[in-house]
Amino acid sequence: MTYFELFQLPYGFAVDLGALTITYRDLQKAVHPDNFANASSHEQLMAVQKTAEINDALATLKHPLRRAEYMLHLMGVDIRAEQQTLQDPAFLMAQMELREALDDARHADDPDAALATLTSQTQSDIDQYFNDLTPILDAQDQANAENAADFIRKLKFLYKFLDEIERLEDELFSD
Amino acid sequence: MALLQIAEPGQSAAPHEHKLAAGIDLGTTNSLVATVRSGEAKTLVDHEAQDMLPSVVQYQQNGVNVGRLAKQSATQDPQNTIISAKRFLGRTLSDIQHTFGQLPYTFKESDGVVSMQTVSGEVNPIQVSSEILKTLGKRAEDSLGGDLQGVVITVPAYFDDAQRQGTKDAAKLAGLHVLRLLNEPTAAAIAYGLDSGNEGTIVVYDLGGGTFDVSVLRLNQGVFEVLATGGDTALGGDDFDHTLLARFCELAEHQEELTPEQVRYLLDQARYVKEQLSSQDVVTVSLETTGFAWKGEFSRADFDILIQPLVQRTIRTCRRVLKDADVKAEEVQEVVMVGGSTRVPLVREKVAAFFQKEPLVSIDPDKVVAIGAAIQADILVGNKPDSEMLLLDVTPLSLGLETMGGLVEKVIPRNTTIPVARAQEFTTFKDGQTAMSIHVLQGERELVDDCRSLARFALTDIPPMAAGAAHIRVTFQVDADGLLSVTAMEKSTKVAASIQVKPSYGLSDTQVADMIQSSMQHAKEDIQARMLREQQVEADRVLESIQSAVDSDGEKLLSQEELNQISETMRQLATARQSGDVEEIKTAIERVDQATSEFAQRRMDDSIKQALTGQSVDEV
Repeated sequence: MTYFELFQLPYGFAVDLGALTITYRDLQKAVHPDNFANASSHEQLMAVQKTAEINDALATLKHPLRRAEYMLHLMGVDIRAEQQTLQDPAFLMAQMELREALDDARHADDPDAALATLTSQTQSDIDQYFNDLTPILDAQDQANAENAADFIRKLKFLYKFLDEIERLEDELFSD
Repeated sequence: MALLQIAEPGQSAAPHEHKLAAGIDLGTTNSLVATVRSGEAKTLVDHEAQDMLPSVVQYQQNGVNVGRLAKQSATQDPQNTIISAKRFLGRTLSDIQHTFGQLPYTFKESDGVVSMQTVSGEVNPIQVSSEILKTLGKRAEDSLGGDLQGVVITVPAYFDDAQRQGTKDAAKLAGLHVLRLLNEPTAAAIAYGLDSGNEGTIVVYDLGGGTFDVSVLRLNQGVFEVLATGGDTALGGDDFDHTLLARFCELAEHQEELTPEQVRYLLDQARYVKEQLSSQDVVTVSLETTGFAWKGEFSRADFDILIQPLVQRTIRTCRRVLKDADVKAEEVQEVVMVGGSTRVPLVREKVAAFFQKEPLVSIDPDKVVAIGAAIQADILVGNKPDSEMLLLDVTPLSLGLETMGGLVEKVIPRNTTIPVARAQEFTTFKDGQTAMSIHVLQGERELVDDCRSLARFALTDIPPMAAGAAHIRVTFQVDADGLLSVTAMEKSTKVAASIQVKPSYGLSDTQVADMIQSSMQHAKEDIQARMLREQQVEADRVLESIQSAVDSDGEKLLSQEELNQISETMRQLATARQSGDVEEIKTAIERVDQATSEFAQRRMDDSIKQALTGQSVDEV
C-alpha cells in the first residue's frame, strides 16, 4: 500500500492537505495507542508501530520535499539515504555565494530586510524546481528519473539554506 | 480483589463494570489526585478534607511523613525534609547546584544518581516522588473503595526523556500501573475542552512552582493536537520566592551565609508575602528568626520590579513557541492559565498584553491539570468506549546522533507527532572497521557539548568491509509516553544492537528493582506477595482485553481452530492465575500473547479498513 493509497488520495504531486488531515485523524482514531492502553502488550506494541507508520506517512506527504523524494522512490529511485554529493559546479558555486550573502546579512544595516530578501529569493528558486519536477513525478516519467533526482538534490540544498536563514533569525532576534 | 470470572467466548463477564482509575498531578509544590465519578471529574480529599498534598517528604529514623505534616516540619528539620524534589528528577548534581543555588540539602552523586543525605539514609528524587505517588494512590483507593486499575500521571510538556523516565520509575516504585504520562497543558485543555466544547487554537500557559511551559494546541472535533510546546524546566514560582529572599537579605543588610534553617524560614515568609500581594497592594513584613531580623512594608510594585525579568522570560518563550507552531498571537482564541503562580497579577497582565486577550481562569488553576488527567484516565481504562477524544502529542526536544567532528545530526526534530519511528543510515569510515559507537543526544544545538547526552552504546561484530561499504541503519522510536528506544543494525549482515534509552544519569532497571526491594523492607511488606499481586492484576488485564477482542471480532477474523487455540491458552492462564506461582502466570501470559499476535495484527488492519470505509460512506 502506498502512502497515497493509505490516505485515499489520487497519486500526484499536488496533494489536498485538507483531505489528508481528515483521513489522518480517522486513521489515528482507529489505531492510536490510547485505544489500547488496556490491551495486551502485543496489541499495544502494534498500535505504537502502526501509529508511527501513519505519522511518518503524514509527514512525508505533507512536506513537498519529502513527498517528492517518496514519489521518486515509488519510481524505483531511492535517494533518501544516499551519501553521494552533487556534481554540478555552477549550482554549487551559486550555493557558496548564497552563504556568503547570508554572512553579509548578519552585518547588514538592516539584517531583517536582508534576510527577507534572501528568503523570498530562495523560495522562488524552490518553486521553480518544483515546477520542473512535478510533471516528471506525476507521469512517472522513467526517462527523466535521473533529472528528477538531481532536482531533488538541489532542493535539499535550498531547504537547508532556509534552515540556516531561520537559525540566524533566531540568533539575531531572539529578544 | 474480586475473583476472576471465566466467561465462555462470546459472553463477556461484566461488560459495563466501572473500572477504578485516577489522574495524578505530580506537581513541584503541590500534588493532587482526581477521578471521574458519576460522569464528573473531581479532586479527592484526604481525611482533613484537603485536596492539595504539599509535595514534601520528611524522612525520619523509622518512617516518612508526606504532605502537610512534612511541610510544617520543614523549618525545624530542613535537611531531612525534601521540598520540590520534582525539580531534581533526571538532573545531574552540577545541573542542580548551578540552577537552584542555595538549598538546605547534602547532595551526593554516585553512578550518575543524585541523592540527598537524610537520617534514614540516602534518598534520590525518584524515591521522594514515589512517596508522594504512594500517598495519593492510597488516598484514591481508600476513597473509591478498591484497587486502582491504572493512573494517568501528568508531566510538564517540556520534560526530557530522563525526567519522564524518572516519573515512570517513581510510579513503578509506588506500585501504580501507568496508563499514560500526559503532558500537563494537554490535561488542562482536556479539562476545558470537554467542559465547554471549544474549537480552535488554544495556548496553555503553565507557571507552576518549579517549571514553566507553554503549549499551542489545536482542538477540532474531539481531537487535541499539540502543535508546539516549549518552556523552561527550571523556572517557576519558587524562583519568585528565591528572588524575594535575596531582596530580604539586601533589606536586612545580611552579609553572612544563611543557615539551612534561615533559608527555609525566609522562603516560607517569601511565599507568604507573594501570596498576599496577589490580593493586596502592600504587605507589612515582619521577619524574625535566629540571627536575622527585618521589619517593613513591601508593595506589589516592589515585587513586580523583582520578578519582571522572570515573567519576561516566559513571554519570550511564548513568542518562540508561537513561531514554532506557525501561529500568530492574534489567531489564538483562548489562553488557559494553569499553575498557582498564574495568580500573580503581573503574570496575568503580561500574558493578557502579549496575547491581547484576557486569559481563562474559570477552573481553579491548581486543579485543572488533575481534572484533565482524571478524564483521560477514565477513558484509557475503558470506562468510555464511545469516546471520540484523541490526543496527538509531539516530541518536546529534538533527538539526534553524534556524527564526525562533535556535531549532532537530528533524527527526529522537535514537535514531531508521536509515536514516531525514524531511521537514518550511516556508514563506516575506516577499512575493516568492526564496531561503531552510537551516542544519542537531545537538544536543539548543533554541537554535542551543547546538547544533553541520553545514552551511548556500541554496535559491535560488524564484519570487516571497505570504508563506506557497511550500511548501518539507526532507528529511533518514541512511544506515546514520549520515551525513546534506539536500535542499530548493519543491513547486509543483520548484526543488531539496541537500547531502551536509560539516560546516562538515570536509573538502571536493577537500581529500580533494588529500590523497590529496599522500600519493601522498610514497609515490612512481603515482596513476593506484591509481585504475585502485580502478576495477577496483569493476568486479569490480559484476559479481559483478549476476551473483549474475541467478543467483538473473533467470529469475523478467526477460524474455529484459531479461536479454540486462543480459548485454550486463556483457560491455562486463568488456572495459572489461581495457582499463586508468579513464574507460572508469567509464562501463561506469554503463551496468550503468542497465540493472539496474528489476531492482533488482523484487528489492527481491520480497524484501519473500517476507519477508511467509514469515511467514504460519510462522504457519499
